[in-house]
Amino acid sequence: MSATTEEISYWELIKNGILKENTIFKLALSLCPAIAVTNNLKNGVFMGVAVIFVQVMVNLTISAMRKFIHPRIRLPIFMLVISGWVTVVNLGMDALVPDVYRSVGLYIQLIVAFASILARAEMFASKNTIMPSMFDGIGMGLGFLVALVTISFFRELIGKGMLWGVPIINAKPLLILVLPAGGFFAVGILMAAFNWMYAKYFTKGHSH
Amino acid sequence: MTEFVKLFELLISASLVNNFVFTWFLGLCIFFGVSKKMETALGMSVTFTAVMMISTAISWIVYKLIMVPLNIEFLMIIVFIGIVAGLVQGSDTIMRKVAPALYYKLGIYLALISTNCIILAVPLMSVGNKYSFIESIVFALGSGLGFSLALIIMASIREKLELADVPKYFKGLPMAFVVTGMIALAFTGFAGLIKH
Repeated sequence: MSATTEEISYWELIKNGILKENTIFKLALSLCPAIAVTNNLKNGVFMGVAVIFVQVMVNLTISAMRKFIHPRIRLPIFMLVISGWVTVVNLGMDALVPDVYRSVGLYIQLIVAFASILARAEMFASKNTIMPSMFDGIGMGLGFLVALVTISFFRELIGKGMLWGVPIINAKPLLILVLPAGGFFAVGILMAAFNWMYAKYFTKGHSH
Repeated sequence: MTEFVKLFELLISASLVNNFVFTWFLGLCIFFGVSKKMETALGMSVTFTAVMMISTAISWIVYKLIMVPLNIEFLMIIVFIGIVAGLVQGSDTIMRKVAPALYYKLGIYLALISTNCIILAVPLMSVGNKYSFIESIVFALGSGLGFSLALIIMASIREKLELADVPKYFKGLPMAFVVTGMIALAFTGFAGLIKH
């Protein structure tokens, strides 16, 4: 097992997280925050950073302890590790960026229930050494961040005519995109665009 | 009487005005996962509402009687996820022994529920909003009903959508998202129902 994973370069691991197994656009997991916090860019970025932090720390902790975890009780242990790190992020963001925390706090706490984090812990970190696990965490987290930033970029720009709270477009914005319903539209359309891009540029020859 | 009106308001607010799927965007993984067929949607709705009410009740009791006196409120994420996971596992085992017929019908949904964020969000929110015991249960019931309503509407649309001619890259999930957006647009009409 470990012999094959050593050969996969770290760059491959990161690319895998961003493109091939992009949490939101490809696997369609952890969708709740993708819509909930993306009505402005700032929230999207902070949420993405929080997820990267949790994913990397969870992967590191689990791959460091993988020899001591009995396989039969591994899931409860993974959940404990995840909820421990989420508590850290939760308390940290409450103290450091209170204005962002006020609008995304609930979703930060719900990182616990992210299928993607548990899945990486189970499928990757519990079978690999520390370095690959860390890069796998960075890749998966970056994929999530990229998706959140793309969605929130379009929603804030078109819905409010602003980016990071700074006015950009001097015209009447399409308010619907910052409303809850617009979030679903934006994700649906971007998902289709991602499918199109992926089929066109990243699968050679056999596009279905 | 006013107490009753308040509870009713909470029920309407949790199920329609602040519907978990359409205004909080929670539980989307399950929402898109099981809304392909009407039968699974119905099974999920029943199981979900029941588990949600029980887990909210237990969480409330544990929070008020154990965590607040001990000053360990900051551990609530860990404790609540433990309660949900334990409850799901427990009811899975009990149902298999006591009601095997029911287990074969609904057992598969039980396993899915532990990965749902609404089931964790409801106890967290009822603690955050400082609801009383009765209020938390009504809040959980309303959320469950709202989620069921969303699932059933979506399932009936998606059964029709199977036959529709959808553009190639919109097939499957992207189309489901756009449809959900339209339902969400309709649900914004409920916003004026309750004065804040």
